[in-house]
Amino acid sequence: MNDQKPTFKRYGERGILISWKLGMDENLLRFILGAKKQILGSNIKSIVEIIHTYNSLLVLYDTPIKNIYGEIKRLKNYISTYSSSQKTKPTCFHIPVCYDPKFGLDLELVKTKNNLEIPEIISLHSEPIYTLYFMGFLPGFLYLGTLGEKLHIPRKERPRKRVEKGAVGIAGNQTGIYPKNGPGGWQIIGNCPLVFFDPKQNPPTLFSAGDKIKFHSITLEEHRSILEQVKRGEFSIKKEMHGR
Amino acid sequence: MAVEVLKPGLFSNIQDRGRFGFGKYGVPKSGAMDACSADFANDLLNNDPSSAVLEIAFFGPKLYFHIDASIAIAGLEAEILLNDRQVPINKPFFVPKESVLDIKQVWKGNWVYLAVRDGFQTPEILGSRSMHDGITTRKRLRKRDVLGTVALSKSRNFYESNLVFDAKPYGRNMLRAFPGPEFDLLSKQGKSLVQTPKFTVSKDIGRMAFPLGGLVEKGVGSMLTGPVLPGTVQLTTEGKLYVLMRDAQVTGGYPRILQLADESMDILAQKRPGSKIGFELMDF
Repeated sequence: MNDQKPTFKRYGERGILISWKLGMDENLLRFILGAKKQILGSNIKSIVEIIHTYNSLLVLYDTPIKNIYGEIKRLKNYISTYSSSQKTKPTCFHIPVCYDPKFGLDLELVKTKNNLEIPEIISLHSEPIYTLYFMGFLPGFLYLGTLGEKLHIPRKERPRKRVEKGAVGIAGNQTGIYPKNGPGGWQIIGNCPLVFFDPKQNPPTLFSAGDKIKFHSITLEEHRSILEQVKRGEFSIKKEMHGR
Repeated sequence: MAVEVLKPGLFSNIQDRGRFGFGKYGVPKSGAMDACSADFANDLLNNDPSSAVLEIAFFGPKLYFHIDASIAIAGLEAEILLNDRQVPINKPFFVPKESVLDIKQVWKGNWVYLAVRDGFQTPEILGSRSMHDGITTRKRLRKRDVLGTVALSKSRNFYESNLVFDAKPYGRNMLRAFPGPEFDLLSKQGKSLVQTPKFTVSKDIGRMAFPLGGLVEKGVGSMLTGPVLPGTVQLTTEGKLYVLMRDAQVTGGYPRILQLADESMDILAQKRPGSKIGFELMDF
């Protein structure tokens, strides 16, 4: 990853955007997360926050950057000396999804467009172990990848005015879960009864970028039951350390 | 029982300096739309700049003070009545208990800010009192809501202030902005066009974004989702400009053409729908 040289651009008076020329890539994500940790652990006191997405790191400072060349040089140094040799063991969470047509509003659409039977859609979606790349769009919205090619379908041209809390969506090579009711442009194939964001907790979510997610199919009855358990604070999500 | 809401107004909500450090969970920073006016309201009362203020959009609210209070309202121009008598904007004044304060109309600009001595004491969630849908229980004030305040100490219940509100910058129609990460995706003509005052502030403005009327150029399309900031000017697939404001999402998939200078965000916030604006390109 060190020979994948990123570009450094100013982003407003207080930001430096570091971008790599890659798409959704697990190795790049591991590198980005490690580099982020490295920079945050450094002695640069004026860095207030670092936001990352698939192929970018946005480093934000508390005041306008005076010596941009010096700052870029410093960041370049951190990134080039970072080696992802430290093995991090991400957590793998098991997430229940009900793919019943009551929730899977776009199952028929995916069936037609992608020429798949519905049981195939369900198994293609729930088989892989996805990587959580980052959170964005809404508090607690997980950007997961990589969705299998057979399920690739563009997002809706006109987003739905309202998708249900817990709606599981797919778009392009991504899959995600809407943490609350609101407008949404992804194709909806199921619903998850868990809570993905609770502002009264700190941290407000269980998940961190780099975590692994595995879906499993549940019935309508199980969905209802888990929803009840979650409301009573009695549900424990199954998880384990991932990876060899 | 400190300050009770008799009428909530169009969209009144509590804001402070915003939430920091939660962007990684997709939580927007929030904060006052016109941070400069919000700060001025606090300065008039010698408040800590982190004190929470009431952000008031267009008209309303009507508030009942159960307690004595020292307050100030800041912004461009508004009709404010205290017990049916006009009081000035941008000056601190004393509100005796059992008073009714009516912020009837914002005459100039879109938002005004009401500060009380030591700030409103509404719940702090994830490090800030800023109201935001899905974060705080309320996203805006409703009738019969009660806003907590700090009791005035007998020795410091009134403030004089010599501070003068500087309205001049708000008159600018060319907003200072830096090239965004995808500025070079624009053609030469596109780059020139954004530097002319040909864009209209839409009537659909809000805390998340200010859409602008007027076409730049089409065909750039969407890109892989990347980080965005409040003040980022995006170019939509149709070729329109869309300015992300304080409650904007933390990531986005449209080209980031420009990034507003901090002061430009405050100025744009106060541009009424229909106002024409352009961007003055700054060098870093």
